[in-house]
Amino acid sequence: MSEAIFPPRQGLAPRAVEWILRHPGLFTLLMVLPIVLWLGIVYIGALIALLMQSFFSIDEFSGVVVREPTLKTYAELLRPANFDIIARTVVMAASVTLASVALAFPIAYFAARYAKGRLKALFYIGVMLPLWSSYLVKVYAWKLVLAKEGILTWVFAKLHLGWLLDAVLGLPVVGGNSLSVSYLGTFLVFTYIWLPYMIIPMQAALERVPAPLLEAAADLGATPRQSFWMVLAPLALPGVVAGSIFTFSLTLGDYIIPQIVGSGRLFLGQAVYMQQGTAGNIPLAAAFTVVPIVIMGVYLTIARKLGAFDAL
Amino acid sequence: MHSETRAPLALKLSAAAGLVFLLAPIALIFLYAFSTEEKSFQWPPPGFTLKWLGVTLGRGDVWEALGLSVKVAAISTAIALIMGTLTAAAVARSRFFGRETISLLVILPIALPGIITGISLRSAFALLEIPFSTWTIVLGHATFCIVIVYNNAVARFRRQNAALIDAAMDLGADGLQTFRLVILPNIATALLAGGMLAFALSFDEVIVTTFTAGQQTTLPIWMLEELVRPRQRPVTNVVAMAVVLVTVIPILAAYYLTRDGESTAGAEK
Repeated sequence: MSEAIFPPRQGLAPRAVEWILRHPGLFTLLMVLPIVLWLGIVYIGALIALLMQSFFSIDEFSGVVVREPTLKTYAELLRPANFDIIARTVVMAASVTLASVALAFPIAYFAARYAKGRLKALFYIGVMLPLWSSYLVKVYAWKLVLAKEGILTWVFAKLHLGWLLDAVLGLPVVGGNSLSVSYLGTFLVFTYIWLPYMIIPMQAALERVPAPLLEAAADLGATPRQSFWMVLAPLALPGVVAGSIFTFSLTLGDYIIPQIVGSGRLFLGQAVYMQQGTAGNIPLAAAFTVVPIVIMGVYLTIARKLGAFDAL
Repeated sequence: MHSETRAPLALKLSAAAGLVFLLAPIALIFLYAFSTEEKSFQWPPPGFTLKWLGVTLGRGDVWEALGLSVKVAAISTAIALIMGTLTAAAVARSRFFGRETISLLVILPIALPGIITGISLRSAFALLEIPFSTWTIVLGHATFCIVIVYNNAVARFRRQNAALIDAAMDLGADGLQTFRLVILPNIATALLAGGMLAFALSFDEVIVTTFTAGQQTTLPIWMLEELVRPRQRPVTNVVAMAVVLVTVIPILAAYYLTRDGESTAGAEK
């Protein structure tokens, strides 16, 4: 008994602390109480309230929310105008993910296998700097790059490739008046902003591939192409899947990039923003919100099967 | 060393091109901050000037936005430090009903797209009849900052030897003394790292903020307004450069601080 050895504590605070320490259950409860009150009740409550609204509908004439359970709002998602938004966003997220894999691989592989000392430091900073720089500053930088009077047009002109840029911009759907008002521009900015999220898990996965394994493949007669597809790629796959969770999910939910660099055609996040704001159609906004949650739920289930969570 | 330590030329070139792709846009920010061009994003800049540095320094709205951002980030980080540490301590040190649920709960605000967190919080504020203020921004930011502190703290708590705490108590330290003299020094670096990340995250946050700020302007909101409707490009260029500098310096510092530790850790292999 501590009373037998030490004199009783003086003062209110030490005694209160001592009392609480003798009731460990209560102590734990007190520790988690703030988080349970805030996240468990207010945040989750608000989240559920929002998602519930997707089962309500809006009266087309009065614009008032009808509080009766219905699937009408979900049916509206399938209307061509709304379905196009979903399809456009998913295609964009998939293209951004594929481009990120292609761009990230040489950087991650070189940094993991060949870069040493100063060169490794350069690669580390080269990935960390864009990762940690302000999101909006990066988007702004791309506005500078893609502007009609900007550096990219200038580079193409200097290389006497201005015709190529014009030809690309002349393409239907992806092209536009200039890169900063085209799908292609949106795609470039998305890819740039989320690329570090692909490089980091990919490099981590590649660093765990033992170099002797690749030499063994070569010694056993595999061509470089074969050892890439049969040895390196399968071992790097969990890292790629882990990175793709970020590139895919972040593209699905973003509403700022397509608003600043884009053709004006809506993406999922913009649709949610518009429906809850100017349009005042909360049920439809909520139904739109359910779409990325469901897509990511399916995606994460597949990713878990492919072992992506071990590579994070 | 193995025979094949040289990278194939194609790999070298594409890795170098990748680095240029990653860094060139950021470098461009620095050049534009000194451009004399006011109306467009013209390249190459027609001339260079220091004029816009001075103009930006004299701008009240930029300073106000910066002040609000720093204030929000500081308070959110403080709240996240307290709630994140408490939760991490509870989850790491004891088993209780709903423990797994709490660790999921903490991650949710960062796992879901920001727009969902933003709309949910906005409707919660409307429902509870809380008017927009600095505190609504702080609550929004703290919600997703907690996980950063939590992740750092929970890892440290798991590695900490619980016997140390028992020993301190046995030797006559009271609860507060044990916390101050034994627990806090042990988790201090984890909290510092978590706090810095949380601060950076809050300082840069724009999506949740657009839903919880009302009419107030943080620095990212100021930047967003300039991006949507450019009015003063030269000032925006300078602000963008300042923001990059603010993020570059801690990254370089962190790299040089941890570099020695890493090389000794590598030498043991």
